[in-house]
Amino acid sequence: MNAPDNKTLILGIGNLYRCDDAVGILIARNLNDRNSSRLNVQEQSGEGTSLMEAWEGFDSVIIVDAVSSGASPGSLHCLDASKDTISSKFFSCSSHNFGVAEAIELARAINQLPKSLRLYGIEGKNFEHGEALTPEVEKLIEPVANKIFQDISSLP
Amino acid sequence: MKKKTRTIKVDYLARVEGEGGLHIKVKDDEVVDVKLKIFEPPRFFEAFLRGRDYKEAPDITARICGICPVAYQMSTVHAMENAFGLQIDGPLRDLRRLLYCGEWIESHTLHIYMLHAPDFLGYQDAIQMAKDHREVVERGLKLKKAGNAIVSLLGGREIHPINVRVGGFYKLFSKQEFEPLKETLKWARDAALETVRWTAKLPFPEFNQEYEFVALQHPEEYPFNEGRIVSNKGLDIDCSEYEEHFQEQHVEHSNALHSVLKERGAYFVGPMARYNLNFDRLSPLSQEAALQSGLGRECKNPFKSIIIRSVEVLYACDEALRILESYEKPERPYIEVEPREGIGYSCTEAPRGILYHHYRLDGEGKILDAKIVPPTSQNQKTIENDLSKFVPQHIHLSQEQLTWQCEQAIRNYDPCISCATHFLKLDIERT
Repeated sequence: MNAPDNKTLILGIGNLYRCDDAVGILIARNLNDRNSSRLNVQEQSGEGTSLMEAWEGFDSVIIVDAVSSGASPGSLHCLDASKDTISSKFFSCSSHNFGVAEAIELARAINQLPKSLRLYGIEGKNFEHGEALTPEVEKLIEPVANKIFQDISSLP
Repeated sequence: MKKKTRTIKVDYLARVEGEGGLHIKVKDDEVVDVKLKIFEPPRFFEAFLRGRDYKEAPDITARICGICPVAYQMSTVHAMENAFGLQIDGPLRDLRRLLYCGEWIESHTLHIYMLHAPDFLGYQDAIQMAKDHREVVERGLKLKKAGNAIVSLLGGREIHPINVRVGGFYKLFSKQEFEPLKETLKWARDAALETVRWTAKLPFPEFNQEYEFVALQHPEEYPFNEGRIVSNKGLDIDCSEYEEHFQEQHVEHSNALHSVLKERGAYFVGPMARYNLNFDRLSPLSQEAALQSGLGRECKNPFKSIIIRSVEVLYACDEALRILESYEKPERPYIEVEPREGIGYSCTEAPRGILYHHYRLDGEGKILDAKIVPPTSQNQKTIENDLSKFVPQHIHLSQEQLTWQCEQAIRNYDPCISCATHFLKLDIERT
């Protein structure tokens, strides 16, 4: 069902009703609104096997998700999953036990990891039920979307 | 002589959907306290739905859980239709069953292969298991994907389906558009049969218990969307009578509410309850596979729920194919809805068990009140009871082994703590 051409797949992960956990989805929507022919934007809840299904056939994948690592809220973490092992603790804000980190490591174990898989993690603060984002997190939506857009535009 | 006490403590329960904790206190080989801790925030979604239009409810409730959005949508639309005096029949009704088949295949397969099987085979997780059993894990991933193929087509997208509305669907598909699904599901049915055989060979602890099993029961069908709420101890009620018989209780150690039968206490919902109360309504292929696996027509060992989930995946593939074979595109995707003041009730069979919804609406169809009881909060007391009985039988085990088996016993229920709660953490104390 995917259309694996030269497009980069953007997977915006999160829950719109879990405060800062919404940030991945909101960044993905911001990118989708730019109508770039180089992007295929999808929203996901973070359940790992669904992510593996989504990226099947894509060589270039970017995951955008809220993270909880103890850094100050609004910090941006950029990881290259094709080089780094991803710790599940990093994504402990997700309610899915087989989540982003597990999907990446399982895919690595069975050779189903995309050639390029980059993660943009935005440090969240409040993952309670609700719709309001922490201001430090909300103000990152536009700049992180810009950064991802520029990173993709610089690809050959 | 000084009494020997022991604590089994797991701060963070692995391989359950959501996050939770367990604290068990053992004194002289006797369990004196079991607390399954679930930290539930105020019932956000019930409050969030108040004042909203009934049309918004299916898409809002679908976001309560990333694993079973279809269940939330189905309970929502049935409750609204109940309030408006609407009955959905024929192909639209069949398509709802088809959508539910997709969700059962996805949710059960995820739990069987990724979350529960590693327990039986002694692996820390599915990633470790994949290193030795790559083909098995790949089969699981492909089988789960078959369920996703149904949900993403009929539901309109991969997660949080958006094609469901009160009265039917927004968009319908032709027979031809469904055609590729048939081939996928034929493979899936074979893979599901293989899954039943594979899970039946896993090593199971002897742990037969007496439970009150509660599930929907329909005169002819294995239940998804409709039926009376029945039990093996004589309960036989309409969904509208749910709150007369079931009660949610606050417990100090958990923010989640414990659901109990007012007259008899703890009860059991989910695949094992459905199977025991509806075996005769399974398809012939599923019945045969279940019996050949050695399951019998009745099962009281919750560890064997992994085989029952596999039988239900097989049934869902079989039922999806049956629906697709006889499908003719209806003339209209939905039945027109006339909102009216009233109260609507529904119960549908989420992968983990009955999911109860109740809405009170005004004359314009605005939601005045909502009540949602997810299956995990209904099983919570039964999970604690299992652990109270399981631990004394296995007290000789090392701390590490006992903790692992307690976690496995919790995973028998595939608890979806993200539906019932926010974060769960687990600890077992032997003093």
